[in-house]
Amino acid sequence: MDFRTCVNIQKEWDIVGARQFGRDFSKKLGFGIVDQARIATAISELARNIYLYAGSGKICFDEVENVGSRGICIIAIDTGPGIKDISQVMEDGYSTSGGLGAGLPGVKRLMDEFDISSKTGEGTEIRVVKWVR
Amino acid sequence: MAKNLKEILVENSNNLVHMWLEEVAEKQKEVANSSISQELFENTNREFVNIIFGSVEKESLTSDLDSFTERVINLGWPLSYLTEGLQLFKRVAVEFLIDHEELDVPVSKVLRHVDELVNPVINQLVNEYSGNWENTVSLQRVALQELSAPLIPVMDNITVMPLIGTIDTERAKFIMENLLDGVIKHHAEVVLIDITGVPVVDTMVAHHIIQAAEAVRLVGSTCILVGIRPEIAQTIVNLGIDLSKFPTKSSLRKGFTTALEMTNQMIVQTNSEEQTIEELIDTLDRSEQS
Repeated sequence: MDFRTCVNIQKEWDIVGARQFGRDFSKKLGFGIVDQARIATAISELARNIYLYAGSGKICFDEVENVGSRGICIIAIDTGPGIKDISQVMEDGYSTSGGLGAGLPGVKRLMDEFDISSKTGEGTEIRVVKWVR
Repeated sequence: MAKNLKEILVENSNNLVHMWLEEVAEKQKEVANSSISQELFENTNREFVNIIFGSVEKESLTSDLDSFTERVINLGWPLSYLTEGLQLFKRVAVEFLIDHEELDVPVSKVLRHVDELVNPVINQLVNEYSGNWENTVSLQRVALQELSAPLIPVMDNITVMPLIGTIDTERAKFIMENLLDGVIKHHAEVVLIDITGVPVVDTMVAHHIIQAAEAVRLVGSTCILVGIRPEIAQTIVNLGIDLSKFPTKSSLRKGFTTALEMTNQMIVQTNSEEQTIEELIDTLDRSEQS
């Protein structure tokens, strides 16, 4: 797939860079303030997961279109250890790092579409989409 | 022989300067730094090439080089201006020496010698430049840390911590320490954490705030989270974060009112009281007159 832009995540401050880019991008696409905050928060969660669990990876942004509506597509790719049990991480309150465990299920609720694929030892790819209302 | 090469360079410095200036001007067209005036650019180029020659001639680094670098940094010109200039100088010098008729030195020697002459200058410039940047970055880091977790004791028993900007792990630790130190130092019964200026509240930020509030509770005070903007409230609900363990308010003003109630304090407007007294006296006067 050919993405318009990608932000590499290696340091903690890269999360801020990715978030800022996502916010500007969603603003350009015509999202309201509340959806901008949702998108920025979702990016923050995804980027932090990359930083915390995989060490490095990237967040890619693209514009998507579907019969008359536009949206933002965000893909978080890493080549980290992968997720063993996806259904477990999608449960509220499950965390291996002592966090709140609301990250991934939270992202799913913040966005309209949510796809996750992961292979142990190979990495994880999460694709989320939010449509402009 | 090595000395000969240098002498040839120095003797023909005028030629070389001319060639170099032409090359740089050519390069400048590509880069197109429109914000810099032609005159300033030419002057700087001339000074630059003189300094390069000065260093090459003495085979040591002059203090002129330092002050020149300083000036270029202050002008905000990119490092590439300096490195490209020196690379061009190397190329010009090598081409000139190879074309020079009196020379019967192998090309590899020429290359090596010019490298030996110019490389110290390059190293010095790059060191100076990156050193300057590192200095700026570390100063900014210190400045940022000073701003990161201020604690304001507004009244007896009430303290406010306004948070502005992104919260990362390091800052979260800092906030927690400052908060607890401050609570104990100022004997605060109520601490208001204002997150109006925090752009995104994700699970990590929320987690740190919850932990800080819990720690404040453990030392016997109450924490009120204020400045929750509507969009932040919605994302917190979407994320499914439970902030019900401590009171939250939409604005610092409302939080402050609550804090006053909790500490059994009140703000009284003295001005209006004086007015009412004056009014009373007025009415008394009037009643006396009538």
